[in-house]
Amino acid sequence: MSLLHWAILAPFIMASFVPFVRKKAAAIHTGWFVLILPVVLFVSFLQYLPVTMNNGSIMQTAAWIPSLGIDFTAYVDGLSLLFVLLITGIGALVVLYSIYYLSKTKESLQHFYVYLLMFMGAMLGVVLSDNVITLYMFWELTSISSFLLIAYWFDRDRSRYGALKSMLITVFGGLMMLGGFLILSIMGDTFSIRELAAQAPELNNHPLFLLAMILILLGAFTKSAQFPFYIWLPDAMEAPTPVSAYLHSATMVKAGIYLVARFSPIFAFSGYWFWIVGAVGLFTMVWASFNAIKQTDLKGILAFSTVSQLGLIMSLLGAGSAALHFDSLDDNLYTAAVIAAVFHLINHATFKGSLFMVTGIIDHETGTRDIRRLGGLMSLMPITFTLSVIGAFSMAGLPPFNGFLSKEMFLLSMVQLAELNLFNLETWGLLFPVLAWIGSVFTFIYSMIIVFKVFGGKFQPEKLEKKPHEAPVGMLISPIVLAALVIIFGLFPNLLSYSLIQPAAAAIVPSIIPNGSQLDVHISFWHGFTTELMMTIGVVVIGMILYKFLPKWIGMYDYFPGRVTLNKLYNASLYTAERGSHSLTKSYMTGFIRSYLVYIFAFFIAILGFTIWVKDAFRFDSSNTASIGFYEVGLLIALLIATATILMAKSRLTSIISLGAVGYSVSLFFVIFRAPDLALTQLVIETVSTALFLLCFYHLPKLSRHEEKRRFQIGNAVIAAGVGLIVALIGISAHSTKLFPSINEYYIENTHTKAGGENMVNVILVDFRGFDTLFEISVLSVAALGIYGLIKLRLEKGGEQNENE
Amino acid sequence: MKTNDVIFQTVAKVVFFMIIFFAVHLFFAGHYYPGGGFVGGLLTSGAIVLLMLAFDMKTVKQGFSVDFKWLISLGLLFSAGTAAGSLIFNVPFFTHAYDYFQLPLFGKTSLHTAMLFDLGVYLVVIGVTMTIIQTIGESE
Repeated sequence: MSLLHWAILAPFIMASFVPFVRKKAAAIHTGWFVLILPVVLFVSFLQYLPVTMNNGSIMQTAAWIPSLGIDFTAYVDGLSLLFVLLITGIGALVVLYSIYYLSKTKESLQHFYVYLLMFMGAMLGVVLSDNVITLYMFWELTSISSFLLIAYWFDRDRSRYGALKSMLITVFGGLMMLGGFLILSIMGDTFSIRELAAQAPELNNHPLFLLAMILILLGAFTKSAQFPFYIWLPDAMEAPTPVSAYLHSATMVKAGIYLVARFSPIFAFSGYWFWIVGAVGLFTMVWASFNAIKQTDLKGILAFSTVSQLGLIMSLLGAGSAALHFDSLDDNLYTAAVIAAVFHLINHATFKGSLFMVTGIIDHETGTRDIRRLGGLMSLMPITFTLSVIGAFSMAGLPPFNGFLSKEMFLLSMVQLAELNLFNLETWGLLFPVLAWIGSVFTFIYSMIIVFKVFGGKFQPEKLEKKPHEAPVGMLISPIVLAALVIIFGLFPNLLSYSLIQPAAAAIVPSIIPNGSQLDVHISFWHGFTTELMMTIGVVVIGMILYKFLPKWIGMYDYFPGRVTLNKLYNASLYTAERGSHSLTKSYMTGFIRSYLVYIFAFFIAILGFTIWVKDAFRFDSSNTASIGFYEVGLLIALLIATATILMAKSRLTSIISLGAVGYSVSLFFVIFRAPDLALTQLVIETVSTALFLLCFYHLPKLSRHEEKRRFQIGNAVIAAGVGLIVALIGISAHSTKLFPSINEYYIENTHTKAGGENMVNVILVDFRGFDTLFEISVLSVAALGIYGLIKLRLEKGGEQNENE
Repeated sequence: MKTNDVIFQTVAKVVFFMIIFFAVHLFFAGHYYPGGGFVGGLLTSGAIVLLMLAFDMKTVKQGFSVDFKWLISLGLLFSAGTAAGSLIFNVPFFTHAYDYFQLPLFGKTSLHTAMLFDLGVYLVVIGVTMTIIQTIGESE
């Protein structure tokens, strides 16, 4: 375990202290305590910058499950460092913001911060793991913490619905991804991503290559809310706004982007990769930006816009994979797409983070996020207005903000794709720039909606619950920091060029960079009157016109059939699955334990009988059997009489006592065959269980043998006889077949010498097979608690009903 | 009708202690002679059940003001703790240690960590048996 490992685990350790801090120092907002961690982590990870700037990397391995080749390997390179800085940096700002957003008296802060820290640790684990299994573990942990955070206000229906939806979709993707990881690791015989990447050319020719790729992409697409899996993200907006800003815009949804970037060195040679990642990304971008316009909830617009921007980055990564098909760095146009992807990733985190926080402020100060009720806030909330102008204009791709730069680079990359002579792009290539341009127009329109519908127009105080005013300073700090970054990155983009962007991009396309050299990253405002500038001007002009006439064409959305949406599909399939399993379960769960016993024993007979028959497993070997003497015969007769008594008895008491007699006879058999431990245990168990039966006896309905139907009796008799027969057959066969030497020699030799005991049975229980015993007592405990829960709960529920009557 | 069970109750009081002593004996003898935590625990529960039959649940509950569910967790803690304890000494999970000591009164005695584990089993078995019986017995 190195310092790096502790850095990943630090949030989890911190989380375990949160409840105590909350309890002991209730007067201070718990957020102040939590805030320390992301700040410290951010600063300490900055120290890795000099290493990654030279395309270096650091790797620390701690053995976790060495026998399976699963190690906890932390790996820092340009790509992971970029994400770590995003996670800790935005994390610090979000925690600061949440201190003012969440009331320390009304909210259960301990839950919030425990989940938030859990997420932070999981996310660090995702981006720093080199081992796919560790990565997967942390990946699912982010889904779980996201689930908990969305359902933070769990008394709201929509919160629970959104939480469940995000969980189902992302965990489905996660499982697919695990499958992909396993296939990949079998193909390459290692769990390490770096080692897999080293054998990328061989993996490419493997027959399972495509399957592994699609499965892993499913993980990435579900997490990063790509079409058609994006439906969970708008519903995830039920989470508190700091969570939306952090998880559902800046970090967690980018885990899919990270995954695609991380696996680019392995998969990107394939044309499928180019088409799937590029096309899905681009389509998502257009589709989500188109749908953002009809949203009326401010956070809904931001959710769709996040989906759209994620699609944009995804499509850039797809386009960037074309770079790998050119060997040299000179005039390799397509590395520009990768650089644009990384740059836009940073920009999106800054402007979208600030926009979410601004939305939170509006929600907090006016009591609504519905743009139909908002308007005219410009003079009331001047700082908030300025912040949202910066954020939204950057998102729309206007100068001098950072969004302009990366949007230009995006358009340029898409234009260049049309000229690429690869993957059949000669015929379809033109679609890329056209779709990108259309998406950008919609992006422009919804950015304008965010600014002008909320801050422009008429002020409608009668529709608001609160009297709006400017937010407290503390709440404004975080969005101001982010908005400042939007401008700084916009004016001086080359601050980032070689410190963050180049190392990260180099980690995505390592194979084309010769040792010691670097990608050429130079970002500038002015390139002359190029195609992409013309496109941007077109976006602004057309966007303005369309925004102006928005009321004229907004009705167009009504023509889309409301019945065939993906959400309807999700709801319907969930409903069908629930109803289907419910009615299936109801069809055989009769509530009578005797029915269940019949099922169990019928299967028992069928499966074992079938196996014995098919495998021809029955053996009878009388050479090694004990002689039958007086005691054996006597006991057998007693056993038969007792059994017959149970069947014939008119009263239940007689049956119970006869059952005890059966048990005692069996334990006497143990005595005869010299198994004192078994005999002892059996005797005591019989005693205790007879007592237990007598207790239950009190609650059972009166025995009424004559009411039982003949068919029922015959069925039971057949089943009972079958079980007896099968068990006898297995017993005889097992005794007559000696496939391997018995293990008892081992126990005889070692009981005294190694375990220091004399009683072999007990030594086996507590020492040789101690694990079995440990799990058995655990099972017993669970059973006892289960019985306790069943009976006590039932009573309480009945009690409640009585009260209601 | 009021049943007269004076004899039963008187005998039960005495026999209870005999069974408990026998159970403790079985528990300690476990590593060398028939017995052990499981049987010991069952027998102890048997003794308590005997008292419950002779008197009634409420009386017994007053006598033993133990929450048997606690015994379950205590026992599990003992067993899992003994198993995990070996990790502190940097030997594989579940490695037992034992040695022989010359103790006053007992003479040569073997002390074995397996006994701690077995103590856990003993407690869990009592806890489980009594929880089940008490729960079912109490429900009306």
